[in-house]
Amino acid sequence: MTVIGETTAAVSSTGPEHVAATQLRRRNAWRAYEIVLWLVAIALIFMLPSKALLLTEIAILALFAVSLDLVLGYAGIVSLGHGAFFGLGAYVAGLFAMHFFPEPVTGLLVAGLVSGLLGFVTSFLVLRGSDLTRLMTTLGIALMLAELANQMAWLTGGADGLSGFTVGPILGLFEFDLWGRTGYIYSLVVLFLATWAARRIVNSPFGLSLKAVQGNRVRAAMVGVPAKSRIVVIYTIAAVYAGFAGALLTQTTSFVSPDVLAFHRSADVLLVLVLGGVGYLYGGIIGAIIFTLLRDWFSVITPQYWMFWIGLVLVIIVMVGRENITRWHTFLPAPIQRALARAANWRPGPKIGGGQ
Amino acid sequence: MSAVLQTRNLMKRFGGFVATNDVSLSVEQGARHALIGPNGAGKTTLINLLTGALKPTSGRVILQGEDITDLPPHQRVRRGLARTFQVNQLFPEFTPLEAVVLAINEREQLGASAWKPLVRYPQVVDEAAALLERFGLSDVMGERTSRLPYGKQRLLEMALAFAAKPRVLLLDEPAAGVPEEERHEVLAIVRALPSDVTVVLIEHDMDLVFSFADRISVLVSGALFTEGTVAEIAADPRVKAIYLGEDA
Repeated sequence: MTVIGETTAAVSSTGPEHVAATQLRRRNAWRAYEIVLWLVAIALIFMLPSKALLLTEIAILALFAVSLDLVLGYAGIVSLGHGAFFGLGAYVAGLFAMHFFPEPVTGLLVAGLVSGLLGFVTSFLVLRGSDLTRLMTTLGIALMLAELANQMAWLTGGADGLSGFTVGPILGLFEFDLWGRTGYIYSLVVLFLATWAARRIVNSPFGLSLKAVQGNRVRAAMVGVPAKSRIVVIYTIAAVYAGFAGALLTQTTSFVSPDVLAFHRSADVLLVLVLGGVGYLYGGIIGAIIFTLLRDWFSVITPQYWMFWIGLVLVIIVMVGRENITRWHTFLPAPIQRALARAANWRPGPKIGGGQ
Repeated sequence: MSAVLQTRNLMKRFGGFVATNDVSLSVEQGARHALIGPNGAGKTTLINLLTGALKPTSGRVILQGEDITDLPPHQRVRRGLARTFQVNQLFPEFTPLEAVVLAINEREQLGASAWKPLVRYPQVVDEAAALLERFGLSDVMGERTSRLPYGKQRLLEMALAFAAKPRVLLLDEPAAGVPEEERHEVLAIVRALPSDVTVVLIEHDMDLVFSFADRISVLVSGALFTEGTVAEIAADPRVKAIYLGEDA
């Protein structure tokens, strides 16, 4: 009874290392719902060519929300100023195309880099204080940047926005077309690559340590996790992502309006995550789909009052509780729930449940 | 015999209250050193000062000859000082496997690697599996920690500390709250800790203290009251008086 490791007998003859490796492999295997999501996104290029502009909008908002999820869901920082990085990326992409080089992929990378730099610098401010302080700090940074863009009219076009630049063909090969089809494919490719990279990041030792800091900061420190430096890194990465999203908006619309730095961007993207759920990356994408479709739908039925309906949805979400809404499936009959979960989370490899 | 962990005139005040009063403690390499004392004697404060969760008002903490008083907790862990918590401090959403992999990653300075998935570090996976086996957790390695029986959670508490390959392991009431039927497993694992790891045990359970420790320090009202071998402490009428006076 007292021999350590006696429990191994209960595990199959393959040995615990094998079980451990299999479990870790399954942990980051692609789920069925992920694959379905991407396949549908690709299929829509052909099935809904007339909606390419809307789809582009969704893809950009999704990328922006994935970025915020890295901050909120993986670093636990509630930000009301994530739009700062989005807006900066948008302006940098516009200015870069105007003054330096019109090729969009280069512009995208430069925009990401500049936003990332701002993210890195401001991350040290975000490390200080509690949630409320952070909320105000992030909000303050975003407001300052918006005012700066407004005042520096010689550079940014001020209230009129930045226009009069042309975005060249992607990699010199693919022209943007009037119907937004190239724009959608381009945005989708960027979204996919960014999500793929984010997936790797959150499933790496680094990602595990972020989840640990969120799960229990005291214990994370006691296993040797330097929480602050990890948060700086993820905040910087998230800023790069937001910069990408802003650049995509500029490049697909050939225009930068001061609206890219407006407060509602930061608020909207938070709302997207409230809708889609936090801490699993796809919440941003799913939330962006729901949010954009809702807005599109409301603005058709009540052009003047769509904000009211969005607001009402938000109030309902808060009243009912996000957990309950994202758990809507728990109200289904149990067998259907189980089947749904199994189908959505299906991934290759043998099922190994500990202790079963 | 050399001291692996020392404190020099350690003081901690909370306002006017002195929680740790001029404690100079010396723990020998490889020792099984128990820290006992009635409730409110300042045992947990002392542990928090040792691990860096609290900063002392004055005095020094020395680990293997190095002054670590000003180091943050995670740096002390990297220098070989690990602890368990009296009340479980675990990652409720993690599986034991993930938690142990995390601890090993951090020890191996892999925690900043942000590209390869966890399974692509085979040495870590193998070590994690061996560690889980040693702590009797291999059959539940894939369960969520929050769903584990309490005794298993206590074992995970120790496995996480042990994963840091500590020179000194501080066990804060390892068997606290464990139901009787799971208790023997926890105690057996405490007893089977390798002898090159120095263990400092904070415990209320005198049976465990007397059967496990080779040296005992008694804390009373934040100060070191007395220190000695198990036999000396067991025979000390003042210790008995303090304990019976306070506890019984």
